[in-house]
Amino acid sequence: MGLEQKLGNMGIVTMKLEDAVNWSRTNALWPMLFGLACCAIEMMAAQASNYDLSRFGMELMRASPRQSDLMIVAGRVSRKMAPVLRRLYDQMPDPKWVISMGDCASCGGVFNNYAIVQGVDEVVPVDVYVAGCPPRPEALIHGIITLNEKIKSEKLKDWK
Amino acid sequence: MKAELQPIIENIRGRFATETYTFGDEESLILKPDDVVAVFKALRDEFDFEMLTEQTAVDYWPEQKPRFHIVFRLRSLKHNLIIGMRVPLDGNAPIMPSLTSVYANANWFERELWDMFGIRFENHPDLRRLVMPADWVGHPLRKDYPLGYEEVQFTFNFDEIDLRKPYAQE
Repeated sequence: MGLEQKLGNMGIVTMKLEDAVNWSRTNALWPMLFGLACCAIEMMAAQASNYDLSRFGMELMRASPRQSDLMIVAGRVSRKMAPVLRRLYDQMPDPKWVISMGDCASCGGVFNNYAIVQGVDEVVPVDVYVAGCPPRPEALIHGIITLNEKIKSEKLKDWK
Repeated sequence: MKAELQPIIENIRGRFATETYTFGDEESLILKPDDVVAVFKALRDEFDFEMLTEQTAVDYWPEQKPRFHIVFRLRSLKHNLIIGMRVPLDGNAPIMPSLTSVYANANWFERELWDMFGIRFENHPDLRRLVMPADWVGHPLRKDYPLGYEEVQFTFNFDEIDLRKPYAQE
């Protein structure tokens, strides 16, 4: 049945609370600026006008962790940077998600040595991994859409 | 090598009794650690070598005497000249006078050498690690330092390595 038959002339839509909150969360994800290395260029390219990220609600990238809910770890994380990354993650308010962008953030990439953390999931819990060196902006957008689907499937009882 | 460089090298050779090291058509001076500050002061003041562009080190392990060669390059913007120097250091106690009194940018070069090679500099105002975390043990660019790689996770050993990897909790 169509929506008009249920609504009549009342102008009220009913939906589940889960769906409403998840929909609003996906459509206004504010990413935190965490471009560390070369993947940051592709993140900037995804944010620019050709592959627009604003159409997904990410109009601006907040520099402050207190005002963001998505952390896109773009680039290699060195052992010196890892405590800083953890501190910024802890400063983000719930609900928060992490996208690990690129090979270096997901698994250490080409750098298998003493100085680079082999995968940022040793430091923060990751929701979506995007592979590539660097991933094309379309790959990052695919990662963001996957994250949106993950958020839409979250249940009420799992909310923090 | 440039012709203007030759009299400068002869001058320094005469005053400080240094040797030269020839590679290709370039000559660089080999200095002793005690002469370093005096030679650099002379080059900066008398011969207009205003800029220290490089101060790095080479590790010749397993030779212990000398183990490290500190390599410098000075540049003269006024005369368009580049001169190179080397200071051989022993492996057991690589220590050298600091050049911060002569060239201020030697500060971070020497901090990096301390961090990566363990070469100490006397009279350095602030000798601490530059690139590695402050509580790191060891000097990574020495030749006897392990590479520090971890085992790669392929499909056949995925689960075993998965159990050992330290995943972050919330």
